[in-house]
Amino acid sequence: MTDSLSRREFLGASGAAVGVALTPAGATAAPKGRTAERMVDVTCNVNGRPVSAHVEARTTLLDHLRERMDLTGTKKGCNEGACGACTVLVDGKRMNACLILLAQCEGRAITTVEGIAQPDGSLHPVQQAFIDHDAFQCGFCTPGQVVSAAACIAEGHATSEASVREWMSGNLCRCSAYPQITAAVLAAARRA
Amino acid sequence: MIGRSITRLEGHAKVTGKARYAADNNLARVLHAVLVGAPIANGRVLSIDTEAAQRVRGVVRVLTHSDMPRFGAVSFPSAILKLPMQDDVIRHEGTPVAIVLAESLESAEEGAGAVVVRARSESPLVPRDSAGETPVRMGFGEDLNRGDVPGALQRAAHRVEQRFIQPARHHNPMEPSATVAEWFGDTLFLYDSVQAGFNLPPVMAAVFGIDAKNVRVIAPHTGGGFGCKGWVWPHEILAAAAARVAGRPVKLVLTRAQMYANVGYQPLVRQDIALGCDAEGKLAALRHDVVNTTSIVETWTEAATEISRGLYAVPALQLTQRVERVHANLPTAMRAPAEGPGSWALESAMDELALLLRMDPLDLRLANYAQTDPVHGKPWSSNKLREAYAEGARLFGWRERGQLPRHDGPWRIGFGMAACTMTTFRHPAAARVRLQDDGGAVVEAGTHDIGTGTTTILPQICADTLGIDVARVSIQHGDTTLPDAGPVYGSSATMGVGSAVMLAARDALAKVARLAREPVETLDFAAAMRRIGVAEIVGDGRFALPGNASFNADGAGTPDAMRTWGAVFLEVGVDPDLGLVRLRRAVGSYSAGRIVNPLTARSQITGGIIWEWGKATMEQSLQEPRHGRWLAKNLSNVAIPVNADIPAAITVHFVEEHDEHASPLGAKGIGELGATGVAAAVANAVFDAVGIRVRELPILPSKLIRDLSS
Ligand code: FES
Ligand code: FES
Repeated sequence: MTDSLSRREFLGASGAAVGVALTPAGATAAPKGRTAERMVDVTCNVNGRPVSAHVEARTTLLDHLRERMDLTGTKKGCNEGACGACTVLVDGKRMNACLILLAQCEGRAITTVEGIAQPDGSLHPVQQAFIDHDAFQCGFCTPGQVVSAAACIAEGHATSEASVREWMSGNLCRCSAYPQITAAVLAAARRA
Repeated sequence: MIGRSITRLEGHAKVTGKARYAADNNLARVLHAVLVGAPIANGRVLSIDTEAAQRVRGVVRVLTHSDMPRFGAVSFPSAILKLPMQDDVIRHEGTPVAIVLAESLESAEEGAGAVVVRARSESPLVPRDSAGETPVRMGFGEDLNRGDVPGALQRAAHRVEQRFIQPARHHNPMEPSATVAEWFGDTLFLYDSVQAGFNLPPVMAAVFGIDAKNVRVIAPHTGGGFGCKGWVWPHEILAAAAARVAGRPVKLVLTRAQMYANVGYQPLVRQDIALGCDAEGKLAALRHDVVNTTSIVETWTEAATEISRGLYAVPALQLTQRVERVHANLPTAMRAPAEGPGSWALESAMDELALLLRMDPLDLRLANYAQTDPVHGKPWSSNKLREAYAEGARLFGWRERGQLPRHDGPWRIGFGMAACTMTTFRHPAAARVRLQDDGGAVVEAGTHDIGTGTTTILPQICADTLGIDVARVSIQHGDTTLPDAGPVYGSSATMGVGSAVMLAARDALAKVARLAREPVETLDFAAAMRRIGVAEIVGDGRFALPGNASFNADGAGTPDAMRTWGAVFLEVGVDPDLGLVRLRRAVGSYSAGRIVNPLTARSQITGGIIWEWGKATMEQSLQEPRHGRWLAKNLSNVAIPVNADIPAAITVHFVEEHDEHASPLGAKGIGELGATGVAAAVANAVFDAVGIRVRELPILPSKLIRDLSS
């Protein structure tokens, strides 16, 4: 980071000026020519369909789904693993798609909210239970909640109100449909 | 059909991921925009070095204030009037100073990280406990001085004088604000996350010098707003400006961190309350002095004194509202404004007064029930608060709480209650109903689905008016080419657009009856339309306000005063060793006019109660005192309620009511009512559990432990 330090300039403390701020602290001197990310080839399976992609190594699974595959059901609420809006299944395990690079998905099977319904298009029991119990309001957290709930049940954690509350706490809902979400997950678990 | 619980018609789209929110619109040739925010809270931009950013592969353009076009002057409903990127002045940290446009989101993010901003920093103004200054008045939250308050307080048998503080808090909707802008010549299309699409055309017209008719906003679904997507915020203007400069569509999605400084929040509010009553608990005087923080050049008044005008019959009233300027972004309305903060202070103070009187806090409230509007003496348009108190108390077992256990393992149990109330805000609204000769109907209204249930209850209202099954009604919404259905904020949509839909359906029926020469009472509209050979009939409906006003609060200008009412009863557990506070159960009981769909209404109120549980026990946005930045700008360090915090035992009751003075539909608003009273009820219950009175939110374990150990 010596480069950034060398770029920092300080003004004399004249008048009310008390300092100079720089952003970003770690900016390095501009290299000659264009900077470019390394590219990788990835083959995986999304919602039962094979996918091959030639992408920048830094591309997250979430951005790839949303911006390049138009699978926009999976949402971005924080982009840092704090909200669960981006929850998808990777080989059946629930994961935050914002914290995974597409490059890590080589050979893996990914299920998004668009792929959670039955093959004939009828709703997954969790999806139907969310509608029946009014387990959402704005619906922005709902794709993540639905995917997370399906996994929560499969994991065997949907055994009691307390257990569901705990194991569904990685999915924030600012509309605060929590009591209805808990009821929906328990109802879907009974049907599963 | 009205009054029936039906599941949301938009449910299928939401559980399958098909519902498209603003950022889900992927347009051909789109450029991704990422904002660069000012690194300091107060000062000037000295220079912006964009060279490295421009070298990032995929970056197309970097805009700064020096190459941004000059904007025309804006006025309300632009949230702020002094727009960013028009000069080099920095008035709060995070205000946009550059925009990076790139072919991919990744390139734009990298480019934004490579922009180097040099700025001269001066010490920022931060919250400092000043007396504040008198804000410019906006016809709401006015000062009031009536009767001899100092004298009455002096003579009072019992008196409470306390200060109540709540920190700033951010809305944190799960959907960060997003705008996708595309120009076709002088016509602007916006896919936007908004609560009021019709707020954009006049603002965009002023900014770009175009005709407001050339601005079209498409926003069917919004991922929660709670107030921060109500007025027009600068990022929406910057996205449109960037698209115009680049000659390509632009998608701008605020990061979670940028949500803290680029839209509003609820400010820090300090309230001094003095209550005096006679030996029986009858209130003689109420003084309520409120100071809230606002930005350096623009004013938001958090009208917490509104509650003191309306909730209790008090002969002597002294109310003041002041603002304290800080180098932060402008606050805005947040669920619930005014009475949200106001009820925290007043309903805490009432509990303290009840303790002095050795009176049940519910009886103290009943003794001071306001038969008429305390300030103007007008009758209430409708007020069933006493029924709400009675039914809430019964459902909770309030009168029998003395027989309930006070311990559960390490937990000490406490009970608390508070009154809830909200000023009734009304906005005009228009809607259309198209009758089809096959017996179906289409509702057309430029409203938005922000989660309040609007797109379910409008077809319900239409079906009810037409006497058909709701399955035969579809809805077109979320587009400014449809009738102006007013905003989805201020708890006003059901009253406004709900009534407009009812009137439009009636209008359509009347038109068919006229054409078919049949009495409307016995009309089978589809059969009549087939008989006279008309395939479609269009009805128009309009909910208008006195004097054709664009906004009405509290029934001003009408013979009636308008409010919504309720009471909330809570049971909490407090762990005296760890200071933890847990919600065990809650009952909310409300007098809020006609309830169109009890299922979605209950969800809205439940959401409001949990919203205030967050305010009561965990939420705060602190301004760092040296640098003036928001201390935490993410969902990892700003606590909001999660599922594990919230028990299933939340009961919601609505008193049967029909308020035809407030709206032809008989409905009032419930979006904010649930988020009043709760914080005070929590503090009251915590006091009941462990004898500690917390007057500064949130009620964190550290505050309880400090007092429990001393
Ligand atoms: S967007 Fe991935 S956890 Fe929030
Ligand atoms: S439904 Fe709106 S955030 Fe969960």
